[in-house]
Amino acid sequence: MAAVRTRRDRSQTRIDDYLLSEAQLEEMYYHMLLARRLNERMLALNRQGRAPFVIAGAGQEAAQVGAAMALKKGIDYVAPYYRDLGVNLVFGMDAREAMLNLLAKRDDPNAFGRQMPSHWGNRERHVVTQSSVVATQLLHAVGIALAAKMRNDPIVVLASCGEGSTSRGDFHEALNFAGIHKLPVIFYIENNGYAITERTDKEMAIEHVADRARAYGIHGAVVDGMDAIRVYQTVAPAVAETRGGGGPYLIEAKCYRLWAHSSDDDDSRYRTKQELEEWARKDPIKLFRERVESDRIFPPEDLDEIEQRVDDEVKEAAQWAASQPDPAPEDALGFVYKEL
Amino acid sequence: MPELRMREALREALREEMLRDDRVFLMGEDIGAYGGSYTVTRGLLDEFGPERVIDTPIAESGVVGAGIGAAINGLRPMVEIMTINFSFVAFDQIINNASKFLYMSGGQFNVPLVLRMAAGGGSQLGATHSHSLEGLYAHFPGLKVVCPSNPADAKGLLKRAFRDENPVIFIEHSALYSLKGEVPDDADYVLEFGKARVLREGTDVTIVGYGGSVHQALRSAAMLEDQEQLSAEVIDLRTLRPLDIDTVIQSVKKTNRCVVVEDDWQFGGFAGEISAQVMERAFDWLDAPVARVSGKDVPMPYNRNLEFAALPSEEDVVEAVLAML
Repeated sequence: MAAVRTRRDRSQTRIDDYLLSEAQLEEMYYHMLLARRLNERMLALNRQGRAPFVIAGAGQEAAQVGAAMALKKGIDYVAPYYRDLGVNLVFGMDAREAMLNLLAKRDDPNAFGRQMPSHWGNRERHVVTQSSVVATQLLHAVGIALAAKMRNDPIVVLASCGEGSTSRGDFHEALNFAGIHKLPVIFYIENNGYAITERTDKEMAIEHVADRARAYGIHGAVVDGMDAIRVYQTVAPAVAETRGGGGPYLIEAKCYRLWAHSSDDDDSRYRTKQELEEWARKDPIKLFRERVESDRIFPPEDLDEIEQRVDDEVKEAAQWAASQPDPAPEDALGFVYKEL
Repeated sequence: MPELRMREALREALREEMLRDDRVFLMGEDIGAYGGSYTVTRGLLDEFGPERVIDTPIAESGVVGAGIGAAINGLRPMVEIMTINFSFVAFDQIINNASKFLYMSGGQFNVPLVLRMAAGGGSQLGATHSHSLEGLYAHFPGLKVVCPSNPADAKGLLKRAFRDENPVIFIEHSALYSLKGEVPDDADYVLEFGKARVLREGTDVTIVGYGGSVHQALRSAAMLEDQEQLSAEVIDLRTLRPLDIDTVIQSVKKTNRCVVVEDDWQFGGFAGEISAQVMERAFDWLDAPVARVSGKDVPMPYNRNLEFAALPSEEDVVEAVLAML
């Protein structure tokens, strides 16, 4: 299921205005939509009492998919954070695996039932596992990049987190270290407006996280994170530059968390309906469809077909995953130490 | 066999491992040009260059986190944290990441990272520079904890640490860096983890120590022999994780008495762990409750008299043994 099935063979030729081919645009839409529909189904399962916990990335799909598509799948590394379902889908996770992960099933390839949902990790796909403490993965990205540089391995590491995570010391230590050694890391901040319940003005005195780049002697950029195409067009050249030895980037994608922090949170206590409605109009998936439709990249029925395919996949995956085995009690042991 | 100070034995281990395995590299504050606060890495920058001996910012969490990443991406980093006291600042990276990544990823991501740290009191460095955290680190599944007491062990165990697939907390007692001892110069000299060593055989009491406290144990055994005509067996645990409790049990079954000596605080400490395991496995052989000789329950004071009062002494061990008879 990793490869996107196309209705017809899409052109691989780059469209000038987009810097992306038809095939890539289809992949982009498919992955954004798949991330959203999976998250919706996950939340429904939670409300039905079938999934203990959901933490989602609704509103951030363009930021995630656009950035991940700028990387080389399975060659470059990603050190994602818990909202990055879209990044993981681009890097090869499919709907079934996402549901296995949600339900912590025995065969979840991320953690085999040992981690909270959305704490992804897949060695083969170069997705680094993570703890729940925010910004810690930025340092792992630095170490991965350092090792790559020492071996002259031309990879790039994308380390992502929310803007709230940038308050942590590990953020500073990671950017500082990467700046000193000019490491091939893209620090990718999905600024979704909220650190759990706190608005950004309680987290920082500046408007743009990316302004901090200068303090570390690295490149900084801000991009509209609700626009997947712009995200790609910003991240892709940065990836090429850092891959060529140009040093790290701090890229801030301005987006919006359309849902509460997690399935355990009531966001009506800290934000208004009007605010939500305003941002819902800028829904990145809706915007994408409007743009490719008005530019006549795809006929509407092709987009409808992708939507149908995504709906079918999500439904099938949820049913299939629910029937998969849980880990056995004895599986709680093991994997504490790796034997020689 | 050449006689080396412990810092030289450690340096030899690092050098030999860097020559043996080009994945091994070193990171830490002051370790390059300066050669490390305790001069363990002196000369290695000249020999191996700045790519493999990296002077880092003073940012313990950052260096450990970067070490974890490098380990994940196939290298064998050694991170020197100037002293164990500063490892508190890196604690989240060590515990939540290094020790748990293998388990949390269902066996996918192991972290072969060697973390060297100086520990212990007795050098007038005050409350925030004198911790003994061997037992604390040993508390966490996923970590291995090594605490050598002499130059030969320091070399053999450090070489072994680089061959492990897991994070190794390698704790060097700061008072031992200048200790001299014979050290094998064979490049294949590697000690196993989880093998305690009987340093002195005896029949009346078993005295267990690790790292710095091994020397108090040895001095108290000599005092017991000279002053009390008592024969003490002294065991050096060498590694707390994995723990060789069998050697301790075997000894206690012979001597019927056991004292555990450590610089650390007693409450909730590692001596309590040893004591519990001895009770569980050799209760019927004990002629007296297991005794713990530990640091006083205070932060380490600075003044020399106060510091001595806060640390366990060989006299304390002798007293504990006499109280058992």
